[in-house]
Amino acid sequence: MRRLLFQSLVHGPLTEDAPARSDDAMAELAAQINRVSRQRLGRTLSIREVDAGSCNGCELEIHALNNVLYDLERFGIHFVASPRHADVLLVTGPVTTNMREALERTYQATPHPKWVVAVGDCARDGGVFSGSYACVGGVSTVLPVDLHIGGCPPSPMALLKGLLALLERVEAGDETSAESRPGNDMSMTGYQPTA
Amino acid sequence: MSALRTLIDQGQAILNHRPWPRAVVSREIWLQALGLLQAGQFTLLALWGEQAFVHIALFDTTANEPGILSFECEGNRFPSAGSLHPPAIRLERALRDLSGLQAEGLPDARAWLDHGKWPIQHPLGQAERATAMPEPYAFLAAEGESLHQIPVGPVHAGIIEPGHFRFTASGETVVRLEERLGYVHKGIEALMAGKTVAQAAILAGRVSGDSTVAYALAFSRAVEAALETDAPERATWLRTLMAELERLANHFGDIGAICNDAAFAMMHAQCGILRERVLRAADDCFGHRLMMDRVVPGGVRNDLTEDGTQIIGGLVTHVRKRLPEIIELYENTASLQDRTVSTGILSSELARQFGAGGYIGRASGRNFDARRMPGYAPYDRLQFEVPVLEEGDVDARIWIRIREAEQSMKIIEQILQQLPKSPKEILAAMPAHPLMEAREGVALVEGFRGDILAWLRIGRDGKIERCHLRDPSWFQWPLLEVVVKDNIVADFPLCNKSFNCSYSGHDL
Repeated sequence: MRRLLFQSLVHGPLTEDAPARSDDAMAELAAQINRVSRQRLGRTLSIREVDAGSCNGCELEIHALNNVLYDLERFGIHFVASPRHADVLLVTGPVTTNMREALERTYQATPHPKWVVAVGDCARDGGVFSGSYACVGGVSTVLPVDLHIGGCPPSPMALLKGLLALLERVEAGDETSAESRPGNDMSMTGYQPTA
Repeated sequence: MSALRTLIDQGQAILNHRPWPRAVVSREIWLQALGLLQAGQFTLLALWGEQAFVHIALFDTTANEPGILSFECEGNRFPSAGSLHPPAIRLERALRDLSGLQAEGLPDARAWLDHGKWPIQHPLGQAERATAMPEPYAFLAAEGESLHQIPVGPVHAGIIEPGHFRFTASGETVVRLEERLGYVHKGIEALMAGKTVAQAAILAGRVSGDSTVAYALAFSRAVEAALETDAPERATWLRTLMAELERLANHFGDIGAICNDAAFAMMHAQCGILRERVLRAADDCFGHRLMMDRVVPGGVRNDLTEDGTQIIGGLVTHVRKRLPEIIELYENTASLQDRTVSTGILSSELARQFGAGGYIGRASGRNFDARRMPGYAPYDRLQFEVPVLEEGDVDARIWIRIREAEQSMKIIEQILQQLPKSPKEILAAMPAHPLMEAREGVALVEGFRGDILAWLRIGRDGKIERCHLRDPSWFQWPLLEVVVKDNIVADFPLCNKSFNCSYSGHDL
């Protein structure tokens, strides 16, 4: 272990050793996310990931955001274990009928203000699973969605760009998330245990 | 002649089924087959239904021969396999939910995939509108002094798939774990019906995202068997290259993630780098990090360029340099070994009975790998070992992954050397329809998690009539319940991650 630790000290961070084709985009994104997230959210954005029926492809790429090459946490964005600690719900999948209630309850358990980001092509409208008896068909059928990040699955870079877009929207003064915009009658009362 | 073949020969043979034999058999033969399954002479590969038929895919372990028996259900009933052979219980519960066919004598009457929320019942049988209100799921009882329950999920703490775990614990010790799955059931098999082969292939590649290459390969091989079309030689090798890259990426991810569940983040970080390197190489060579939709019926969509060959070669060199250091770190960290050695032991008897595939079976002495048996090209021309251990604990499941990753690199090197340069063709044309008659095909492919079975029937119009895809997790999830028993609650994540069963592949 000592040798590996020593190597880590001398070879410098891998995070900046990204391949050439994505170096520029990575640096640009890093700077922007850093600036925006610091101003708006005091350098923290807590994300609760909810798989609402995905094939697991999106989860793999969301996971990759945490590896040392993307190192999402350096921007102050991190994943939390409970919706009660979250600012953002990152929802994947076509929303199966069997997951609908769990997704709604997770949303209700998330404190205000909160944002919902739908991830993946099937989270938009069901994608290749639309028309199934077992799928509701897109996250926006169930929750007010603030942002959609497309891709099957979106690459970690696309996910980073998407999270930046969300931060910019918040930055631009659109303080209200989709939940409280007119015409949205989603419950604002928080989590209520079902009878 | 093998016992399985003898049974199949007594039935009415289905002539357009390839490459294994399939026959419709009488009740008597069906029961004989179940008896041999119970006796351990056969391994259960799959059990599925359609409107009036139930099919069972079996592997004769003495003769190393697969085959399929079908039973025509009168009054929507058939003799239960699960009543004699526990690994079939969940399959029969799911079969009833989807097809409406009842297994007579099935010891567990609860629904499995149908949570009472679908608008219809029996989507793959005689579908009817769902009317009854869903009943609360009756978890199995655990009785005793000072027991407490821990309900977990379907939304878990990590970035993982949804499922419910009901623990009953006595202090720190798990007395019983009961899984409840089906949350990510997407109705993929029903969606496939009536689709063209190309459309269905896209769905097959999204059954379980981590095994997208393996699923696409299983589906494509089944289509090619049904239509008696071979993928071009070069495509066969490229598919194998993708399949082994997928295995590498997943094994690296798993090795790190298991150690991370023992709070040893350094392994996770190091393995995460290796995984990312594999995914980037895949992206550079084939245009998609997970290589989705690259394997298609008839061949592959992307060829490997000369640059791509260099990239893969560089990847193997890099990994060969880094992996030994990571293995050394794992081996020499006593506090980590303390968590993995002798934790979550799966007995070889259960691994054999359930036909547990992949690293789970091979860490518990079950020497089975679909690349060898029944085997498929070009593995017969590649040199590789199938590592097997006897210990059956979390540590053994890590070691199997390490050894398999080494073998995958060996295979990849051979592919780079032997990849046929000509003919250049990578995609064979599929026969035009209408076909003379409906065709059926089956394939068994070794994904990183274990053997994936694909069975399908293509109608005369060239569209999928019925496709069944069986994930290795069907025979692994029940064993997780067993290995967790008598371990402490805090070791559940280790056991679970060392299994790394698929939710999406299972729920389908």
